[in-house]
Formats: sequence, structure tokens, C-alpha cells
Amino acid sequence: MTHRLISDTSEWSFPLLERYNAELGRIAADYGLDTYRNQIEIITAEQMMDAYSSVGMPLGYKHWSYGKHFVQTEQTYRRGQMGLAYEIVINSDPCIGYLMEENTMTMQALVIAHACYGHNSFFKGNYLFRAWTSADAIIDYLLFARNYMAECEERYGEEEVELFLDSCHALMNYGVDRYKRPSPLSLDEERRRQKDRESYLQSQINDLWRTVPVREAAANAEVTPRFPAEPQENMLYFIEKNAPLLEPWQREIVRIVRKIAQYFYPQRQTQVMNEGWATFWHYTLLNTLYDQGYVSDGFMIEWLQSHTNVVYQPSFDSPAYAGINPYGLGFAMMRDIRRICEHPTEEDRYWFPDIAGGDWLKVLDFAMRNFKDESFIAQFLSPQVMRDSKLFAVVDDDYAADLEISAIHDEKGYRSLRQALADQYNLGSREPNIQVYSVNQRGDRSLTLRHTRYNRKPLGDSANEVLKHLHRLWGFPVRLETVHEDGRVELVGECPRRFEF
Amino acid sequence: MTRIIDRRLDGKHKSAVNRQRFIRRFKGQLKKAVNEAMKSRSITDMDSGEKVSIPARDLSEPVFSHGAGGHREIIHPGNKEFITGDRIPRPPGGRGGGGGRQAGDSGSGEDDFVFELSREEFLELFFEDLELPNLVKTELAKAPDYKLVRAGYTADGIPSNIDVVRSLKGAIARRIALAAPYKARVQELQQELEALLATVAETDPRVAALEEEIERLEARIRAIPFIDTFDLRYANRIRQPQPTTQAVMFCVMDVSGSMDKSRKDLAKRFFTLLYLFLQRNYERIDVIFIRHHTVAKEVDEEEFFYSRETGGTVVSSALTLMKDIMRERYPVSSWNIYVAQASDGDNWHHDSPSCKEILVKHIMPLVRYFAYIEITPDRHQSLWEAYEEVRALYPYFALQQIDGPADIYRVFRELFKRRLS
Repeated sequence: MTHRLISDTSEWSFPLLERYNAELGRIAADYGLDTYRNQIEIITAEQMMDAYSSVGMPLGYKHWSYGKHFVQTEQTYRRGQMGLAYEIVINSDPCIGYLMEENTMTMQALVIAHACYGHNSFFKGNYLFRAWTSADAIIDYLLFARNYMAECEERYGEEEVELFLDSCHALMNYGVDRYKRPSPLSLDEERRRQKDRESYLQSQINDLWRTVPVREAAANAEVTPRFPAEPQENMLYFIEKNAPLLEPWQREIVRIVRKIAQYFYPQRQTQVMNEGWATFWHYTLLNTLYDQGYVSDGFMIEWLQSHTNVVYQPSFDSPAYAGINPYGLGFAMMRDIRRICEHPTEEDRYWFPDIAGGDWLKVLDFAMRNFKDESFIAQFLSPQVMRDSKLFAVVDDDYAADLEISAIHDEKGYRSLRQALADQYNLGSREPNIQVYSVNQRGDRSLTLRHTRYNRKPLGDSANEVLKHLHRLWGFPVRLETVHEDGRVELVGECPRRFEF
Repeated sequence: MTRIIDRRLDGKHKSAVNRQRFIRRFKGQLKKAVNEAMKSRSITDMDSGEKVSIPARDLSEPVFSHGAGGHREIIHPGNKEFITGDRIPRPPGGRGGGGGRQAGDSGSGEDDFVFELSREEFLELFFEDLELPNLVKTELAKAPDYKLVRAGYTADGIPSNIDVVRSLKGAIARRIALAAPYKARVQELQQELEALLATVAETDPRVAALEEEIERLEARIRAIPFIDTFDLRYANRIRQPQPTTQAVMFCVMDVSGSMDKSRKDLAKRFFTLLYLFLQRNYERIDVIFIRHHTVAKEVDEEEFFYSRETGGTVVSSALTLMKDIMRERYPVSSWNIYVAQASDGDNWHHDSPSCKEILVKHIMPLVRYFAYIEITPDRHQSLWEAYEEVRALYPYFALQQIDGPADIYRVFRELFKRRLS
């Protein structure tokens, strides 16, 4: 069958790329992968670092922090401490995948399989991406954002914009609607609305402050309805709509940062699944390519070597250990689901009665579409995978003198291990739960945030720095309170400071 | 449906803007790091960039995060011997068993952020806000210096400017013009003569009269001068004002026996800095290197810094040589002259007064700035005293003393710090 070999050289060329892509696309379609159109772009290493440092945004606006990331990336790359990311793929329609020119033909094929069919189909299928991002509009929106920022810099000065962006970035993770679905982005609409918004917003905000501030004593005595009536989780949204002193252009920037945060929100919640899915599919597609005789043994050995590096999970006591490798875990789980469908054991039938022995393509597709990391692990992490990777849970409690092993990969431990690991991927428990609690409308106009403690975890030291940024956005004093598990409320931060803590 | 696009030719250095912004933002810290780096660095490798580090906390981007403490349950892979209920002593520093990902996140916060400045960026930071003192970017209106440019021809000028071709062209034209009426008349007369000769004998008196007339006219033609003062054309040159931004830097160094190796090394560093500084700031700079012991010698850069020679010390030899070079090659009308001198201050005692004299009479009136550094931890000697007298007369004469390598940068800054004019 050697006559079917697509290539036997490590040098890539455009015709070869096209042939590989055509074959991979054919096989992907056979497996039923539903993808956006692909746009494959060949770039240099420098361009890759560039894309990498602006968090994969192909048209990022300018900011020093991207320069910092670029410098970091460049250094580790030059020193050879780190290979560059194989690929960067943009969740857009058409789905843009970057291939680095330095890669060999084999690596290019690997990246095409991984990014252009793996990630691409995930972007198109997963419910979070479907709900939160508009793949067809993102490039236009980024372009709009970049031009808008440049315009602001020209008008109000680079430094002004930069400082303001710093503050927005500090709160980026709190610029996300977790429950409400955002309206789809569209460049034209955005442009058209932006002008109206400026004037409209300004009038809205002033309304909030129409009451002339009265003396503090009177304000405190009077019982006024709390504003906002419900705690607000989306701080940037709250600021955009309610911060009293912001200029219209500043509100627009808050909005841009918020929109971009929202765009990346699904990616942060589906790391294990997304990478696991893409890794599973490059593995499957390339193996199929081999089975059909399109590629040689050398080709297989080359990509398998880097595949192995990618999914390698060092154990906890290894110097290379840096937490659980999402590629490794995701890949293991995806393969395990296929195994459960194709070759179920007694245990599998007990744990997964509805999928054991089912059609693996359908089950995987269902899993990909309807879960995020947290629920995916809670649903599909099997005893087999826990045993294979010898998972164990350590409880670190500051009330106890010692660490305690709370569960290991045994019959008693499976469920609690699975629950703990799922929780580890729950953004809600990974990030402190902080919400906008109230605004003192009649007094000093201060903004109060409430942090609700989860498992008694305190806030990190950077909280006060973040408060300074929030203060810049809000323009009046900001306070941060912590609600302890017993309901006690404690003031833990303030800007500007009145007391020492 | 797939499109494959080659983006490699798209703009490079897209991140350059972000990098520049990063550098601008942390200029303060970077400058500090650069100054630190200068202290230990050998100046001769100024051609490379520099690795600098900034404390990471200075450039962190704060976000709300969990601090240490509370109750947390973390999953790790690779269990070997643990069973449920095992208790493990807490590892010191809160890392290890309980740390995992959390430690990975916060642990990096403590390291310095190390990165490499390119040579340009390094020098930019290093030389920032430095400027050669008193350099007057001569305004066009007040330009003391003119350049002659060609501007056509004139009818008068000095003989050396005569344009021969142009003058001879004029002469030909004049001769043709002046001779034309005579020639026409001669032609007429000759035709008349021929007609007459056809009818009468040669001895006819009318023939003789015509011949005489022709002869007379030809004499007139011959009398027209081949060249006349009227023909002369001179190349015209007009004076165009020229801004002077060219500078010449005299580097004078003592290489006598009393300058030991470490002192020479210090002086070398000083000049290297100056040299780099000049290279960077001026389009056109001449640098003259003069090394001296008892006799002075003009040398090239290589020899200046690296060749070895020893002997006694007569500083005035170098000053005299410098004076001559200035006179011959660097007219003060078109050059900004700067002098930097390095010595250990050790001079033949009776030579110091003559140094002063040469400086005051011949050199100081010509230069814009004279910097003298004395590399000695000891008391000053006669040369310093003589130079101090010079300084009293000329405010643009500067003296500094260097004790060790760490002083170089300070002195350099001191000497050339931007002057508010």
C-alpha cells in the first residue's frame, strides 16, 4: 500500500499541506466531526510568540502586559526551555489555525488534526462556546476594539488609556456573566450602538446620583433600599453602567475588556475537555491515516514522540510536577469513554450503565457538547482512569497540624476523589467569590464588595492592589468585606485606606 | 472547505509596540538594573545587550485570588504508598504535598523577572538624558560656518575660477559675431573680382583696387582678438550657511610607567564610554586618540586602548600635539571640539606650569568642553593644582577624580549630564 503514502519527507510544502488536510478532513467527516470552515495560516516563530503573548488574540489591542508576556515567551523559547505551543487556534468562523514554519511536515499534520479538526469541532459543538461566543463576529469585534483603543490613545493619551486598561484587566475575571447569556456580537451593530450608548449611558448614570448628597449622619439613619438590590457578580458590567465619574470612552473600554473576558470565559472552563478532545482526535485521525496507508512508520514515530510528551503526567513527587496535566487527563478520559463503549467491564457496567457498550462516537459527541470540565469529570471520570493515574486526595486544613490523605484510588475513595477533582475545576471555587454588594448612594458614594468565603479560604495579598484599581474605576471609596461561614462580616480592605488592618 | 494562507511575509515585530510600552512603563526599574549592570560589566563588551532583572512584584498584574489557609482538598497523581487516613507532616513553606497547583501559581511571584535588553535598548537607557555639554545646534540664521556651492557663472572673479571651456565658447561666439560683416563683404568683393577678371586683364587698376580692399578687410578680421577679457567667465560659488553638528573628540591618555594596569584599565573604560556615547549622538564625529608618556603620539583606536608602552610623564607633550592637530585639521569655525583627558595626576613637576600655559593660551579658547579625570586614590599632585587654576578661568573646564571602577559611571554622568541652558 506504500503507493498511497502522501509524503516521505520532513520538509513541508503547500501542496503537501493541502493533501494532508484533505485526507484528514475526509477522515474527520467520516467520524462525524462537525467543524467550522478552516483557515490555516503559516507563520514564523516570532509571529507565533506574538500571538501567544496576546493570549491568542490575532488582533489584540496594544498593552504593555502583552509586551511582558512576549518577552517572557521569547526568552524561554530562545533558551530552549520551552517548545512553542504547537498551535494556536482561534475560536472564530472560519476557524483560524496557525502553523509555524519551523515545524516538520509531520508536525504540521499533527497540528492540523489537533487544531483544525479537534479544537475546531469543540468550538462549534460545546454548549458553552455556543452560548457565550459568536465565532462569526469575534474577529470583527477585536478589530473594532483595537481601532477604538488606538483612537482613545490618540485623543486622551497613551498613558491615560494604559492605566485605565490596567484597572480593567485587574477585574477581568469579574467581568463575566456566569448565568445570563450575552447578546451576540456584531461589528456593525456595535459601531452603531456605541455612539448612542455614550450619550444614553451618561444620562442613565446621572440619574442614579440625582439626589444631592446629604449629611452622613442623616444618610446612615435613614433606611434606604440597598443598591444594587441584588448582589452583582459582574463587576465590570456594574461599573460600566453605574460608575459615576467615568467618561463615555472609559465606559466603552470597560465594555470591550468585559466582552473579551466573556469570550475567553468558556475556554477557562473547558481546558481539560477541550485539550482532551483535540488530543484524542489527533491521535485517532492520525492513526486512521496510518491504517489507511497514507503515512509511514517514521511519520508515526515522530508525532507519537511529541504526543507522548504532551500527555505525560509526572507524579506528585517528581521535580517536573506542576499539577494535573489537562492534556493528559483529558486524553485519558476521552480514550476511556471509548473503551467503556467498546470493551466494557463489569465495573464499567456498574458505574456507567447508560454508556457501557454504546456507540462511542455518539457518547463522545454528547459529552463534548453538553459538559464543562467540572461536570465532565463529575460525570465521566471512571475508576479505571483514577487507578491508572493513581490519584489521591490530600486535605490541607489550617486547623490541623498535619496533612491528611482523604481518599485514594480504591473502592471507598472513587466517589470522593471524583467529586474533589471536579471541584478543583470549578471556576466558582477556584476564584474567590466576590460580588458587588452595595453602594452608599446618600453618603460617601462608596462601593462595597462582599467576598463569601468558601472552605474558609482567605483572600490573597493582591486583593488590596486590586482594590486600588477598582477605586480608579469607581472614583469613590471602595471597601471589601468578607463574609465568614458563620455569617460574621469583616472589613478586610479599603481604598483609600482609613484604618490599618 | 479550507483556505491555506502564507502569513510569513506579514509585518514582523508586531509585538515591538507592546515591548516598547513594557520598557517605557518600567523604565525606572530598568534604569536601576542597567546601572547595577554597569558596575560589574567590562565596558569593552558594550556591543552586546544586557540581561536585566526586575523584581517580579513590581510588574505583577494583580487579580483577586485565594491566599494560603482555609480548608482545601487537592488531587494529585502518582500515589505510591499512601492509604486513606494517612497523616503527613506539613512540608515546610507550605509547598509540596499540599501545594500542587496553588504553589505553582503563587510560587512564581517571588522570582525576579529576568529579560534581555538589546544593545540599542541598553544604551538608550544608559545614555538617557545625557548630552554633550554646550553643543550648540547652530541655527541656520546664525551659522558661523558656510559651505560654497556652485551657482552658475559670473563675468568677474579671480583667475583660479576661470572656466576655460565656457570662456572659449564665448570667444568663438564673439569672433564669429565680430567677423561676420567683414566676411560677407569679402565674399561680395571676391565674387566681384572674379566677374571682373573674366572680362579684363589682371593688370587692370580696378582689379588691384578690389584686391587691396579684400586685403584690408581680411586684416580687419585677423585683428579680432582670439580671446578677450569680455569672454572670460568665472565659476560662480555662493556661500550657503551650514549647521555645525560635527564634533571632534580628543582622547588623551597617560600611558607612562606610573599608570599601572588597573589605572589604565579605568581610563580605558572611561574613553570607551565616551566613544560609544559620541558614536551614538553625532552623525559626524572624529575621534583623535593621543597617548603619551614623555612624548606624545597620535594613534588609532586599537593602539590607543591595547598597545603597551611605558616611560616617564610629560603631559605638555600631549597638549602640544593636540594643539597642533587642532590648528591643522579642526578649524573652530566648523568643528565642535571636545577634549577628554585621563591621567594619574603624576607629572614631571616642572612641566605642570607649562601645561597650564598651553591650555590657557592655545587650547581652551578653541574647545567647547574639556574634561579631565584623575585616576588616583591619593592626594592630588602638581597637575591637579595647575588644572584647578585653569578651571578658575574657564567654567567649561571640568576635573573629576576616580577611585575605583564603581565611580566611572557616576563621573561620566557628572561630566556629561544634561545642562540646562
